[in-house]
Amino acid sequence: MKVTVETARELGLLPEEFEMIKKILGRDPNYTELSIYSVMWSEHASYKNSIRWIKTLPTKGKALLAETGAENAGLVDIGDGLGCAFKIESHNHPSAMEPYQGAATGVGGITRDIFTMGARPIAQLNSLRFGDINLEKTKWLIRGVVKGMGDYGNTLGVPMVAGEVFFDDSFNTNPLVNAMSVGIVQKGMVVSAIAKGVGNPVYIVGSATGRDGVHGTTFASASITESSAEELPPVQVGDPFVEKLLLEATLEVIPTGALIGMQDMGAAGIICSTSEMSAKGKHGMRVHLDRVPIRHQNIEPWEILLSESQERMLIVVKKGSEKKVEEIFKKWDIPCTQIGEVTEGNMLEFLWHGELVANVPAQSLVVGGGAPVYDREYREPAYFNENKKFTIDQVDEPGNLKEIAYHLIKHPNIASKRWIYEQFDTMAGNSNMTINFPSSAGVVSVKGSGKALVMTVDCNSRYVKADPEVGTMIAVAESARNIVCTGGKPLAISNCLNFGDPYNPEVYWQFVKSIKGMSRACEKFETPVTGGNVSFYNQSSIGGKDESVFPTPTIGMLGLMENKNHHTTLAFKEKGHMIFLIGRSRNDIASSQYLYSYHGIKNSPAPYFDLDEEYAVQQAVLELISKNLIQSANDVSDGGLFITLVESAIPRQLGFDITTDAEIRTDAFLFGEAQGRIVVSVSPSRETQFIDHMIAKGIPFTTLGHVTKSEVRIDDESYGFIADIKREYENAFTTLMEGK
Amino acid sequence: MKIGVVIFPGTSGDRDLIHVFRNVLEQEVVELWHKDTDLQNADIIVIPGGFAYGNYLRPGALAKFSPIMESIVAFAKSGGFVLGISNGFQILCESGLLPGTLLENESMQFVCKNICILPHGTTTALTASLDKNRPLKIPIAHGQGRYYADKEELARMRINGQILFRYCSEDGLISEVVNPNGSMENIAGICNEDYNVFGMMPFPERAADDELGNTDGRLILESLIRFVKGTA
Repeated sequence: MKVTVETARELGLLPEEFEMIKKILGRDPNYTELSIYSVMWSEHASYKNSIRWIKTLPTKGKALLAETGAENAGLVDIGDGLGCAFKIESHNHPSAMEPYQGAATGVGGITRDIFTMGARPIAQLNSLRFGDINLEKTKWLIRGVVKGMGDYGNTLGVPMVAGEVFFDDSFNTNPLVNAMSVGIVQKGMVVSAIAKGVGNPVYIVGSATGRDGVHGTTFASASITESSAEELPPVQVGDPFVEKLLLEATLEVIPTGALIGMQDMGAAGIICSTSEMSAKGKHGMRVHLDRVPIRHQNIEPWEILLSESQERMLIVVKKGSEKKVEEIFKKWDIPCTQIGEVTEGNMLEFLWHGELVANVPAQSLVVGGGAPVYDREYREPAYFNENKKFTIDQVDEPGNLKEIAYHLIKHPNIASKRWIYEQFDTMAGNSNMTINFPSSAGVVSVKGSGKALVMTVDCNSRYVKADPEVGTMIAVAESARNIVCTGGKPLAISNCLNFGDPYNPEVYWQFVKSIKGMSRACEKFETPVTGGNVSFYNQSSIGGKDESVFPTPTIGMLGLMENKNHHTTLAFKEKGHMIFLIGRSRNDIASSQYLYSYHGIKNSPAPYFDLDEEYAVQQAVLELISKNLIQSANDVSDGGLFITLVESAIPRQLGFDITTDAEIRTDAFLFGEAQGRIVVSVSPSRETQFIDHMIAKGIPFTTLGHVTKSEVRIDDESYGFIADIKREYENAFTTLMEGK
Repeated sequence: MKIGVVIFPGTSGDRDLIHVFRNVLEQEVVELWHKDTDLQNADIIVIPGGFAYGNYLRPGALAKFSPIMESIVAFAKSGGFVLGISNGFQILCESGLLPGTLLENESMQFVCKNICILPHGTTTALTASLDKNRPLKIPIAHGQGRYYADKEELARMRINGQILFRYCSEDGLISEVVNPNGSMENIAGICNEDYNVFGMMPFPERAADDELGNTDGRLILESLIRFVKGTA
């Protein structure tokens, strides 16, 4: 079949990209080769519209064990000869079409990234965005995504230790499904995604290859439209049982020392793994596609190359060690087939029954190699300045604060997500330390050591929409705050950048500003970016009108607790303990849940935020924890101070009695979302020491009140009893989902 | 005392059990691979939770054909002590070592949370050291844990004292409200007629390590070890 620029266009390539390919090959590509370029140069695999800005993110840090983006996941030194591999990734488009399989294979893919490096997965996290919860379609998506993630992760036996869920109409068509996986590896057992050593055999292990997900990568690089359902390539179907066997077999093979390199097959399947491993090792590869175990007859060589069938890995084995490797995979009943070998030079040669069907330089396909890199135009949208015109004076202070309090407690963005997380196995692995000690971030014990890993996923999309730069700084700051409140020190982040169409200059402006904000905050908190992914085209084109989702640069942050005794919970401990606010209250309700859903005011700037102040507050809390001066710590975020207090009161069914500040509007004091604030409780015996310490540090703090037996009182007015508040908070979301 | 922990393809609770038996309860542990038939002289056989054979067909349906199961059945018939936890419980029911069956949860959803169970009677190895008035807080994590047996079977089990644990509230009240999966009579754990084969849906090993803040499950495992030691 003769290919033309038209064929290229049909495959999603630009005319100039078609010219580049001809120049690289010195001839016209055939259809198989053109298909290869179309997936490898798609947005999803090449980062062509984002890499220029991604490269400006801070990536240096003394704890990093792998160069950012060079391996399947980030790798951080956690001491005692151990490394922690972690990464967050999106699976938005597949989940929008087929929520169960989309979310399931999202978990499968990110988990494979972790154990491909030799790390045993010990925790998973998720960050989810859905549209209006009252729509039947939204409920269908939630049910599918939650069941998909649960069925896959539960079968693997990897606990879900933290997550966040957020609802806004902008996600009605295009939900966001971001999954993070975390693993631990002994430093000497890390496996690289590399192919080298001429003559070393190349194996495919795991499931047989089918047509599923062919061109899925290209699909992920376009908008969801009314006709997407018809254009949809067969969505990948996951089998967590096979993945579990693959996991165990892989972790058993690594200590034999028989592996040169390994990479999982996710997006763009065999072509992606062969090209990336070869380019990295500066070698070529000869692959016999007819030797790849297949699921159905009449499959074309280009389909085998592009297939995104799940639960497969490419491994390069030391010549002479084949038997050792084959025996272990046989023990686990996992197919393991030699399909080629490493060659000299840098050409990838794909054969079909002896005939050469594609012959392309590996380097020309990959990021940082020959893949195109574009500068995109960006322009500040008008809404940005409009938002800034908002002032608190435009909103009259409501008379009935209790009504607002209960509106927030029951709001799906704030109410307990018990209905969701109880469908996840949160306790597998016997190391989740927050089940009986609830905390602001997930805590996973590093068995046999005094340490624990602390982890969280955070991003308030509403703030990022209002002000992408400040909103993204807040996302990083909030992640760090959650880790600090739990007693951990922030170490590094992985990011998942969910945006709309990069060819829309106003969307691209959100992206650029967001990267700038992330850089500033990550530098301040000394949390380098270890990897992640970019997901563009999160928008719906309905009736010819493009609506982007709220820009959502999800931050997955890893922290370390050097001493498990420093684990601090968010729960008030006893009646009579004093409650303090660290950080300053502000006359600010901008972008708060209160302003957005109670008053229905959608345009306002990001809430108050000062990076230096934020950092100082966090450092003060870390010191308080290490000096054992506080009983609990919980940060002020969604829903404001009132919700923070409620969250701290619920676990032990205690109440609180506080006084507001005459200088600040009461609605702003209770429900404003100004950043840089943490609520702590202090036992009477430590009160003097606590105050002395805070004064010495010069960090602003105020006394709010004290913990009570069960009643919630504000300015001498009763807001009800905690048992009733708890019932509302814990059941509201279930009621929305089940209608009971 | 030697504990044998069985590993099927898809088993995931093995590492947790091995950790607790070895490091918390300080017992010798051997891993028993499903393709083997040698039980390595273990005194107690434990079948962990997870998804043996991916729960294809239905939980336990394929695991019962693994070579190790023949040895386990013979071991149990000769009076050996066998404990199945969660998926292990399902496997023991499928293999006929325990009466009844475990159906999909009434909610049609997987459920993972801390629940409370009340021991009934204290004459068996699993319950001998327990206080029948003290509810134990133990995690569950399953999609198919709704215990079912026909009326005659259930009556027989009641008379024989084979119902070992029932789901209850924090203060020990047994009611429909605290039944997490729709099990008949709130049944969470049972044993066979000879009191040597046990199955329970809650995971005692997930409530055994001090650093996780709940050690109620350790009492159950300790009871088993103490009892078996006493009969040895």
